[in-house]
Amino acid sequence: MQNIISLKDVSVNFDGEPILNGINLDIKDKEFVTFLGPSGCGKTTTLRIIGGFLTPDSGTVSFEGKVINNIPPHKRNVNTVFQRYALFPHLNVYENIAFGLRVKKEPEAEIHKKVEEMLELVNLRGFEKRSVNRLSGGQQQRVAIARALVNKPKVLLLDEPLGALDLKLRKEMQTELKRIQQQLEITFIYVTHDQEEALTMSDTVVVMNKGDIQQIGTPVDIYNEPINAFVADFIGESNILDGIMHRDYLVEICGREFECVDKDFGTDTPVDVVIRPEDIKLIDANEAKISGVVESVTFKGVHYEMVIEAYDFSWLVHSTKAAELGSVVGISFDPYDIHIMRKMGKKS
Amino acid sequence: MKKKLIASPYLVWMVVFIVVPIIMVGYFAFTDPEGRFTLDYIAEVGQYTNIFVRSIWLAAIATVICLIIGYPCAFILSKMSKRHQGTMLMIVMLPMWMNFLLRTYAWMTLLGNNGIINTLLGYIGLGPYKMLNTQGAVVLGMVYNYLPYMILPLFSVMVKIDNMLLEAAQDLGCNSKKVLFKVVFPLSLPGVMSGITMVFVPAISTFIISRMLGGGSNLLIGDLIEMQFLGNSYNPNLGAGISLVLMVIILFIMTIMNQFDSSDEDRVLV
Repeated sequence: MQNIISLKDVSVNFDGEPILNGINLDIKDKEFVTFLGPSGCGKTTTLRIIGGFLTPDSGTVSFEGKVINNIPPHKRNVNTVFQRYALFPHLNVYENIAFGLRVKKEPEAEIHKKVEEMLELVNLRGFEKRSVNRLSGGQQQRVAIARALVNKPKVLLLDEPLGALDLKLRKEMQTELKRIQQQLEITFIYVTHDQEEALTMSDTVVVMNKGDIQQIGTPVDIYNEPINAFVADFIGESNILDGIMHRDYLVEICGREFECVDKDFGTDTPVDVVIRPEDIKLIDANEAKISGVVESVTFKGVHYEMVIEAYDFSWLVHSTKAAELGSVVGISFDPYDIHIMRKMGKKS
Repeated sequence: MKKKLIASPYLVWMVVFIVVPIIMVGYFAFTDPEGRFTLDYIAEVGQYTNIFVRSIWLAAIATVICLIIGYPCAFILSKMSKRHQGTMLMIVMLPMWMNFLLRTYAWMTLLGNNGIINTLLGYIGLGPYKMLNTQGAVVLGMVYNYLPYMILPLFSVMVKIDNMLLEAAQDLGCNSKKVLFKVVFPLSLPGVMSGITMVFVPAISTFIISRMLGGGSNLLIGDLIEMQFLGNSYNPNLGAGISLVLMVIILFIMTIMNQFDSSDEDRVLV
């Protein structure tokens, strides 16, 4: 697959404040890419650079190999679904979707055909004449998507498009967006702070923090092999402990030595150790290397969430079986569930 | 019940200062000095058709010029940073703090045959041009005095247009000119309508501007009405008649304008 968009050393400052610190990123054609990170991480800024609403202070943005730094938004083969939809309040559903085609002065028959196609795609048949002010959030969202897609862009940018919807609708739209992306075979670049959304829809997730890209990978890679404690913490819940990597395949946590599957960290190196709450098994305290007191038990639907105090650390544990509050239990995990990562600040 | 009570001071105000005077205007317009019903005065208004036409024409020109100057001003203002916006708004409104008469007198000394502009032009061998006591001077006076009333309502509507809509238009292929015509203008129509009203209505009934800058030959309806109450040709019944006709004309024009506005909205809503 070919790169459709490439960012090289892209930096942006607002009033002297660094927003993006020279990021490098290649996006492949027909991919569903998600920029994931907390607010202020630079994900929306990156999207605006690709859309052409912001020119980077330094670095280059290329589209199909051509540098497009100075190409204004209306000349880019890219369309955007904006955060609060930004539908034109003076136009009805049909005219909102037809807007881009009318600007290009396409023939009326062509416009009609394409708009109807789009209405079909987003399940809004029969809403042509409706005022956009009288649509629900989900419907407005669909109009915004149709309005962008009708122009047949090579890349669709989506800026937290589902943020304003309730949970159930959000799930529906996630599935639908994925379906649309696969049906039309267009590159989607999706910005969100919702890790679950990112994992559900994406082919590739780009995790960002404070203007830097932390990790790029498939959802499975990012979840199972987070590169540092930030990524581990941001993607799902996790226990992040201080550890010492004594040598290859041997790590010390809470003063105990554990076998693990990581290597190449040198000897006696301080590291971050991440263990996912669902990877921890509760066993008899006498058989465990680590044991502690059950501090809290919360029912979460599919599982129980428990906090266990052991060695000055609150261990988060997910299990389908609840332990008794206040009892002493043992904590156990398999070597491959121990994820070792370098301390943040020192990039590998 | 309570709501009505709170509204009562305004209700009294309205009755005393708006409803009663309008009824009195109507009464005087349809009676002679002895109090008998007559249509003579309304009929007499017909003699002044040329003055009505001139007033409507000059006010319309002034309104169009205000719109042409005010629209880009308001747009640029609405796109400024908040800090500069305050200063610029102040500059727009500053003339309004000065006395209306004084401002118009100032134009007399500027435009006169021996005025500053003609004197300066004389130095480079031009003129003198007759500028004062022309229709052009009257329109200039109207534009100068009423321009803020065009800019402010336009500004207040434009400042509320979400910047994201402009970005969305760009995203969908509009250059800046198309953004202006396809998004900003349609969304600013309510401001355009109220700006037009706020300039046209005072301009059509002004008498100071035409008196001072138009000389005797460019009488407007306002002058005519004033003359019926203060001048030698004291005739309040005719004055009331002219006022009534003027009110009807303004009402008629505004109704047509609003029709434009709301029909546009309907088209969008259906």
